[in-house]
Amino acid sequence: MNRTLSGLREASQPYRAVLASRIRAQRSYRTSFRADLVGTAVVGLTEVAEVLVLFSAANGTLGGLDLRQALLVFALSELAYSLADMVFGHVDELAVLVREGQVDVFYLRPQPLLAQVVTMDISLRRIGRASLAVVVLAWALVANDIDWGATSVPLLVISLVCGVAIFGANFVTAGGLQFFLLNAHEVTNAFVYGGRHASTQPATVWLRSVTVIFGFVFPMAFCAYLPAMLLLGEPGAEWLPAWLGWFAPVAALWAWTTALLAWRFGIRHYQGGGG
Amino acid sequence: MNGTTPDTDRRGVEEPGSTGRPSSSGTTRPETARSGPAGHGPSSDTIIEVRDLTRDFRVRNGPKVRRVTAVDHMTWSVTRGEAVGYIGANGAGKSTTIKMLAGILVPTGGEVLTCGLRPVQDRRRLARRIGVVFGQRSQLWWDLPVRESFGILAAIHSLPRDEERARTAELVGMLDMGSYLATPVRQLSLGQRMRAEVAAALLHRPELLILDEPTIGLDVLSKQRLREFLIRERREHGTTLLLTTHDMGDVERLCDRILVVDHGTLAYDGTLDGLSRTVGAERVLVVDLAEPCPDLTVPGARHLASEGDGLRQHLAFDPGTTTAARVLASVAEHAEVLDLTIAEPDIEDVVRRIYERGAGSPGN
Repeated sequence: MNRTLSGLREASQPYRAVLASRIRAQRSYRTSFRADLVGTAVVGLTEVAEVLVLFSAANGTLGGLDLRQALLVFALSELAYSLADMVFGHVDELAVLVREGQVDVFYLRPQPLLAQVVTMDISLRRIGRASLAVVVLAWALVANDIDWGATSVPLLVISLVCGVAIFGANFVTAGGLQFFLLNAHEVTNAFVYGGRHASTQPATVWLRSVTVIFGFVFPMAFCAYLPAMLLLGEPGAEWLPAWLGWFAPVAALWAWTTALLAWRFGIRHYQGGGG
Repeated sequence: MNGTTPDTDRRGVEEPGSTGRPSSSGTTRPETARSGPAGHGPSSDTIIEVRDLTRDFRVRNGPKVRRVTAVDHMTWSVTRGEAVGYIGANGAGKSTTIKMLAGILVPTGGEVLTCGLRPVQDRRRLARRIGVVFGQRSQLWWDLPVRESFGILAAIHSLPRDEERARTAELVGMLDMGSYLATPVRQLSLGQRMRAEVAAALLHRPELLILDEPTIGLDVLSKQRLREFLIRERREHGTTLLLTTHDMGDVERLCDRILVVDHGTLAYDGTLDGLSRTVGAERVLVVDLAEPCPDLTVPGARHLASEGDGLRQHLAFDPGTTTAARVLASVAEHAEVLDLTIAEPDIEDVVRRIYERGAGSPGN
């Protein structure tokens, strides 16, 4: 056990060295870091406001959910997304790294490329947005009528972990495509940010095509809607019954399989960052 | 393309466009081997092996997709310990080749072995054994002091603490970086940054150092410093050098062998001296005379131009048939010489001539 631990320490040393330097660098500009924290929290606040406006326009219920229930869906999605964005968000900027020639430099180091790209940065400023999501989630968990039986807490933890994994996988898929589609940002935005937005909504209002894409291809429904329905004891949507929420780990596995395939395909079709 | 075939007949394949190649097997000539370690020959092992290497790019031009061949069936190899200049015009395929050697680009066809490894499949193992400096890219962290960048790179290459300390101290001393180790990279001058980049690429003691335009944009003094360092690094550690450059000074001072690449094919493989002789590069003697003088006619030399009513005259001569001293002595018979300079063969001019010959001859 000690041996595997020290082996792990050794193997992670390169990544920890880079990440530690990134964290030091962000903290050394204190004023701008604080401003960034506030900034991302304000972005989160805007998202909350959007849900509130939507519900007041829809007379308090949308897709069979009332505002409290909808805020639970929103908060689960928002927390998972902001954490994934903190760790994986910059992978979506791969086209920029390619143009700057930074990707060529990663090829010259003895670590896997994806691990290097993921650990090249960590956006601590997103803590602002994640904190706001924690507050909304805590409120929604209290305000809703949830049966806190033996399964609810594990369900909540599993859902959050899988949600972060699924959003993270989306960023990696986007990065993989950008290896060779350098102007593909619009395409990747469609599922990265479109998917994020869809995941904050009750799936009952999704069109059939959206249900297929964000229910199963990019399994966004597993990040927030399905676990929320399980917690609330609601039946779920057509094609997306609540019990599917227990299969969030399978969805996460599927998301990462496609992400790694896209990444691998990207690497093999890399054209270099120019002369 | 991934099969490892036994490497017999390493340089057996003649490029169609190659002009007579004098002793291409890394034999060092005194004129060009100022930095070369002695005692390696064709029998020492091969560190780079390129066979029939090809790389196409798809270039999208509106709706049309064209295939452009950047590297076209190239075959050559480099022996351990050599210093090889890889030269050619922009777009000749130099960077593409280097990226295939380092495992960044997947070849379209052919085979490449670097340090005996397949670069794409064995990229991570290869990364521990080669160092690469791209003149236009940075290995360093722009917002960190140089010292910290070195620390992270040491962790990336899993260098033990004492090894890291010793090697950093050695490189800092040799490259004279002590004064700016604590300076963030973004505040360095270009010359300082290039030295730091070279040090970063050498931290893990690679067997092979690949430099892509290392002196681009540097002033004369910075170039000189870098070249002296590379000569010393090579002498002390036997590091193999492969460098692309537009600077003939780099090639003359650092390289004992030259590969000229043109439109993705090898146009020449041999020494600089041999290259000059093959395409007939002449040296030019420029004399400043005490009094205006009609155009000089000197045996063994050709009058090129006169300036200021003949106060300064340019004479071309072939170093293979006469010497600068003999030409000068003949000039001195006609007029009093105040000052003189001798221009070395211009590599760009030589390369251009190879291109012109290549374009003129069929089957190339």
